[in-house]
Amino acid sequence: MRLDLLPRARRSPWLDLLSPALAFAAAVLIGGLAVAAFGVPPGQAFLAYFVAPLSEAWSLQEVALKAAPLALIATGLAFCYRANLWNIGAEGQVVIGGLAGGWVAIAAHGSEGATVWILPAMLLAGTTAGLAYAMIPALLRVKLGVSEILTSLMLVYVAQLLLDYMVRGPLRDPQGYNFPQSVGFDEAARLPALMTGESLHAGAPIALLAVLLATLVLARTLFGFEVRAVGASPRAARFAGFSDARLTLAVFAISGGAAGLAGICEVAGRIGQLQPEISPGYGFTAIIVAFLGRLSPPGILLAALVIAVTTIGGEGAQIDLKLPLDLTRAFQGLLLCLVLGADVLTRYHIRIVPGGAGGGALP
Amino acid sequence: MDAAPAPPGPREGPTPLFGAYGIVKRFGDFTANDRIDLEIRAGEIHALLGENGAGKSTLMKILYGLLEPTEGVVTHQGDIVRLANPEAARALGIGMVFQHFSLCENLTVAENIALVMPAALTGRALAERIARLGQDYGLHLDPARPVWSLSAGERQRIEIVRCLLQDPKLVILDEPTSVLTPGEAEALFSVLERLRDEGRALLYISHRLDEVRRLCSRATILRAGRVVGSCNPRAETARSLAAMMVGTQVNEVQPRAARRAGAVRLVLDRLSLPAPGLHATPLRDISLSVAGGEILGIAGIAGNGQPELFDALSGESQAPVPEAVRLDGRPVGHLGINARRRLGAGFVPEERNGHAAIPQMSLSDNALLSRHATAPLSRFGLLRRARARELARRVIEAFDVRKAGPDPAAGTLSGGNLQKFVVGREILAEPGILVINQPTWGVDAAAAAQLRQAVLDLAGRGCAVVVISQDLDELFEIADSIAVLHDGLLSPPVPAGATSRAAVGLLMGGAEETGAEAGETPAAPARRALVQVP
Repeated sequence: MRLDLLPRARRSPWLDLLSPALAFAAAVLIGGLAVAAFGVPPGQAFLAYFVAPLSEAWSLQEVALKAAPLALIATGLAFCYRANLWNIGAEGQVVIGGLAGGWVAIAAHGSEGATVWILPAMLLAGTTAGLAYAMIPALLRVKLGVSEILTSLMLVYVAQLLLDYMVRGPLRDPQGYNFPQSVGFDEAARLPALMTGESLHAGAPIALLAVLLATLVLARTLFGFEVRAVGASPRAARFAGFSDARLTLAVFAISGGAAGLAGICEVAGRIGQLQPEISPGYGFTAIIVAFLGRLSPPGILLAALVIAVTTIGGEGAQIDLKLPLDLTRAFQGLLLCLVLGADVLTRYHIRIVPGGAGGGALP
Repeated sequence: MDAAPAPPGPREGPTPLFGAYGIVKRFGDFTANDRIDLEIRAGEIHALLGENGAGKSTLMKILYGLLEPTEGVVTHQGDIVRLANPEAARALGIGMVFQHFSLCENLTVAENIALVMPAALTGRALAERIARLGQDYGLHLDPARPVWSLSAGERQRIEIVRCLLQDPKLVILDEPTSVLTPGEAEALFSVLERLRDEGRALLYISHRLDEVRRLCSRATILRAGRVVGSCNPRAETARSLAAMMVGTQVNEVQPRAARRAGAVRLVLDRLSLPAPGLHATPLRDISLSVAGGEILGIAGIAGNGQPELFDALSGESQAPVPEAVRLDGRPVGHLGINARRRLGAGFVPEERNGHAAIPQMSLSDNALLSRHATAPLSRFGLLRRARARELARRVIEAFDVRKAGPDPAAGTLSGGNLQKFVVGREILAEPGILVINQPTWGVDAAAAAQLRQAVLDLAGRGCAVVVISQDLDELFEIADSIAVLHDGLLSPPVPAGATSRAAVGLLMGGAEETGAEAGETPAAPARRALVQVP
């Protein structure tokens, strides 16, 4: 037996919208079965995973805090992936962005005049550093034809070890009892909270702005057209006069810059100092978010929220229902597989060919 | 086909070797084959004629077991058979020679043949059988040669040998001469006649009417999925066959009254370019010049440097020195495609899907693809979508592009309509220089005539046109002068009226033209290499 994928002549726009919702429903069903196997009533788990995180002010803020960097990084990555370029090193660009921006804050620590310009300088330094770090795999690819997949991934570990070295060495707080961390940032070097006394900071509106901007750029600008054209057909894009090399550099700059900005927003927002770990793998999770959102910025925003809700919900479920945290990861992976699978089914229909290679003629 | 009806009897004469009766094939709402009857007898070459989209390929795939019919039956010597897959078809003695070869470039001839043979037959035994077949039929092949080093004609011989090794009773040939030189085609014909004389049946699919009239004793003509007639092609003229295929009288292209010799607009000056890839062709010392109002035809068989020459002209690949390419006297060899477009040049590449157009994108996006640098379709980097749609609409109207919906994806158009769109997109820009590669490849006769007329009219308005084509009929119809591209070398252009198909055909095969026909231009030294033809 053999399965053939035949392209559908017409794609229904309704099915396009419906397919992620159906995939989500299927993931919830399968997840429910898994939860039941753990001996937990699925209904209760559903409440813990999907309802509890949205029911209180503090958990809503947590969701937004988690979703913001994911959406920001994934939006940048969407430019790369749309153009069929595979930057999977956003995590490293996050770390370098946080490190560079944090360095600015530490250098200005305690100085009197540094009040108005310090935060913009940090954001600029973080963005630029992430961008520059992403230029390494981009330039290697453009100039030498090196696979950007390998280099961008390996540079993640370089970035993480560099941060580790810096907070244990040059940037360590001299009065920090040898803990591997920097001094706490000045108040002027922190992203302001959106509401006094609350945890939600300006990172969320920055991410929202990036999503809006990216939507506009992809749909309405010549550059967005170029990204889509290169992704759909490199040969035709060359015929349009678009340069592969220039576009490679541009999309890596965008994704690296976005990741760097997300990194410094984390450091200047939630953490407030440099430490060996500044990102719980946002740069990797953002790859899932980008594809879960089908590489469209509004979809990415939604996907970031879904991932954030299930992550927060998973933490709650671990405490309240004794469900393992890995179940959350498994659910997120399952969701991605189902969304991608549903996408294939909207574009193709499956023909089952019985017999396959061994078939013969009827008498 | 659970309740199989009784096998329909033959309509005339003895039981046919293979029959197809009442074949219907639907793809969704679209009916590709509509109640087709076809009978093929042993010892005949049966032509299947029709325009692109007439349903020839669908019918052929049904006979080879690649598709199952929605309705209808296939019979073998009067018994109903079910062809569930190509293995079943082969078991009944049906063999097929595809238009697009399915060969592994990096394997040898023998390895490619062994791929489709039973596992037991390998090594020396197989090489012997290949050699024996080669002798019997004049299909000479060196079993140890890697496929990438072979010409199209030799590659086709592999396909034919693969097919003959299975001793087929029916051989289906899909456009077999489309990649061959006239000489290679002649050799193929004698193989086919030999197969016929052995009592095998051949189903010959082609749109080359002269070949069909020469080879075939019966022809079935398809139009829009239906059989519209059958005839003895030898009793018909090429024109009457074409009229049956198209359904109307085919328009003849109006020749221009007087050819005005304008100023030279496009020059290639001793252009050499290394091969861009392993299986690509290097361009060697190519010179040409085209004046306004002139159409230069570049003949040649696929794989002799046509895409490389096109890319060098368009700026998709750049010349080593700026002076090697000149547009209206300006050196542009170092400039990219958009800079050349801004100087008034337009380009239509061979491949519609994925080069001239992006199939997933709408027609208005595809208008943007080649015109974003030369038409006011964006401002400050922002797209002006309404203008792109307007441009697409004008192309669609001017070139009668048939489509579904207001702004459909390019991939939903038929080949001919998409070709009209990508040609029209350039012609509406009124280019001063137009380079067009295979303008009517895979396009039906009516659309082809329309496109050729549009190119002629454009030249009449003072445009310098380069037409790269494998179709000699087309070149003799519209070109003022013809040059031949062979192995990356360009022969000196000759006025179309002063040469013949045979002479051009010889050059296409790599032979040095003899006699005075080559004109007084001295042949480039590198051309001497061409003389050593085996």
